[in-house]
Amino acid sequence: MVKKKHDAVVLEKCPTGIKGLDEITKGGLPRGRPTLICGSAGCGKTLFSMEFIMRGAMDYKEPGVFMTFEETPEDLAKNFISLGFDLHNMISRGLIATDHVKIERSEVEETGEYDLEGLFIRLGSAIDSIGAKRVVLDTIEALFSGLSNTAIIRAELRRLFHWLKERGVTAIVTGESGDKLLTRYGLEEYVADCVIFLDFRIEEQISTRRLRIVKYRGSSHGADEYPFLIDESGLSILPITSLGLDYPVSTERIATGIPKLDAMFEGKGFYRGSTILVSGTAGTGKTSMSATFADAACRRGERCLYFAFEESPNQIIRNMKSIGIDLTRWVKKGLLKFHSARPSLYGLEMHLVTFHKVIDEFKPQVFVVDPISNLSAAGTAAEVKSILTRLIDHLKMKKITTFLTDLTHFTGSLEHTSEEISSLIDTWLLLRDIELNGERNRGLYILKSRGMAHSNQIQEFLLTNRGIDLIDIYTGSGEVLTGSARAAQEAGEKASDLVRRREAESRLREQERKRNALETKIAALRAEFDVETAETHLVAKEEQKRQAVLAEDRLDMAQLRMGKRSALQAKRLKKKRERRVR
Amino acid sequence: MKAVLSGKRKKAKTDATKEIWSLRLYVAGQTPKSIAAFANLKKICEEHLAGKYKIEVIDLLKNPQLAKGHQIVAIPTLVRELPEPLKKIIGDLANTERVLVGLDIRSV
Repeated sequence: MVKKKHDAVVLEKCPTGIKGLDEITKGGLPRGRPTLICGSAGCGKTLFSMEFIMRGAMDYKEPGVFMTFEETPEDLAKNFISLGFDLHNMISRGLIATDHVKIERSEVEETGEYDLEGLFIRLGSAIDSIGAKRVVLDTIEALFSGLSNTAIIRAELRRLFHWLKERGVTAIVTGESGDKLLTRYGLEEYVADCVIFLDFRIEEQISTRRLRIVKYRGSSHGADEYPFLIDESGLSILPITSLGLDYPVSTERIATGIPKLDAMFEGKGFYRGSTILVSGTAGTGKTSMSATFADAACRRGERCLYFAFEESPNQIIRNMKSIGIDLTRWVKKGLLKFHSARPSLYGLEMHLVTFHKVIDEFKPQVFVVDPISNLSAAGTAAEVKSILTRLIDHLKMKKITTFLTDLTHFTGSLEHTSEEISSLIDTWLLLRDIELNGERNRGLYILKSRGMAHSNQIQEFLLTNRGIDLIDIYTGSGEVLTGSARAAQEAGEKASDLVRRREAESRLREQERKRNALETKIAALRAEFDVETAETHLVAKEEQKRQAVLAEDRLDMAQLRMGKRSALQAKRLKKKRERRVR
Repeated sequence: MKAVLSGKRKKAKTDATKEIWSLRLYVAGQTPKSIAAFANLKKICEEHLAGKYKIEVIDLLKNPQLAKGHQIVAIPTLVRELPEPLKKIIGDLANTERVLVGLDIRSV
């Protein structure tokens, strides 16, 4: 309220307590100044104002005055009850004062000059009675329909807003939206500090409420149209966390639940807190992958929240049993929570609020949405993208690993999500059909994965009764084969392989046999040779002997020729001969 | 400012023939408009309702809570409490014709 020279004093703000609004406005409404809330009938102006007063009284110890120009105090009390607040109790505790200003044009005759001092006095006395810090005038435009002298009203309004500022109360003034001006009577002319526009649109039979800060003097603020909704706990403006890209990141890796898929990501799996998208055509196994991932998370003892937009929890549990995944035990343990809803059940904002609410309640580490493509039934593509951006930012902020599936259609490129959210995705897996030889098989590959090396291979994706399995696709002979074609090709290869191996083996045997034969031959020849050598030696010996004998005989003969031979000599000769023979 | 106070708040049990006009003028301090309104009212009453009217002047600066109870927004406001029905005229009552119409006074 104290605004001295220039920018030295930062504008003080008054927290509204309305979910999300204080984040967009970076703290709340300008304290001690009036704010204009405008919008068409039924857009939530009165509710907005009521919540401002109520939250102020309950949460911020700031009593408030609610001056109503349209609704009777009984209606007002009923409205408050619908937000879960007991107005009468608040009044008796001196936290809220109400005043119903009734101006009936038919009952009032105007003669000459007048002013609205009566209104000032009423407001002043109400403020003083409880020491109010907040004031709501809903809607002061009723003056224009109740009184005919607009010149006076305009002058008095100007005075009123000055007066409110002087009193230092944070005020909300509501106004119906007009054709050319923001409000029918141009209230924005008087309230120059902060103007908030509420919008209520119906597109394709689904209503969407939106809020926009038209201006906020002296403060930065989110300039978008923010969807908001009204439920039993008041207004929620959503979501706020998409304002920055400064969320914490983790280097921790978590398993995908499929060991072979982990192997494709350096053997470690996804990053914790990253956003994973699995897209594929119908029946490619997206839900099975989600369930496997959820199962893996629960095995690690983490909490997993599973949003199912196509099937009921029981159906998912039953179906996943067929591939050997028992989700019931995790549900019983409280680690897994299903949330099923038809996307068309309510508008996108409501979905987002449900996401936020359930996430805040359950505090999961892993969040699965199966599939996100169904959300487009509840809004336009741009809206879905905006919602998902905000959702993903919120989840990243909380380091929740997000696993989304997306149903792509047969027409158009597979690498194209129906919501065009690829830039939000950290890891993108594509499941696709491979049609070959009258068969349809599933293939999986990694389209992208930020911040890690990953396999570039297409893997065949098999659903077995023991879960998901990945098999290297047959890539030999310059073609890609899957399913039974792969099996057949592999079998054929195996057979021819065997034949070749047999051939080689028999060749080896033949060679061995030949070698054996050769060695036998060599042995025989050597034996023959030995025999010959032996014979040769024998012959040589005989010859020697014969030569010796011959020589002796010649000697004998010579002696004989010489005459007699002594008996002794004869005896000696005889012995010699015998020895030789031996 | 002089105020003519009346004890008869509720519908007095008076004879129909002798109708009392009970009028209240709501002001906020002695502003020129309030003084003018009182003067104009006094003049009109003297001319048309001589002897059978009561004017009560309520200063909301002194009794601010009365503004809420009597649904006063504009100042000055003249309220015809009696005879019924209740009528309200706002402004300084400078236009006598309109005041007469507003108060439903038949010229005698």
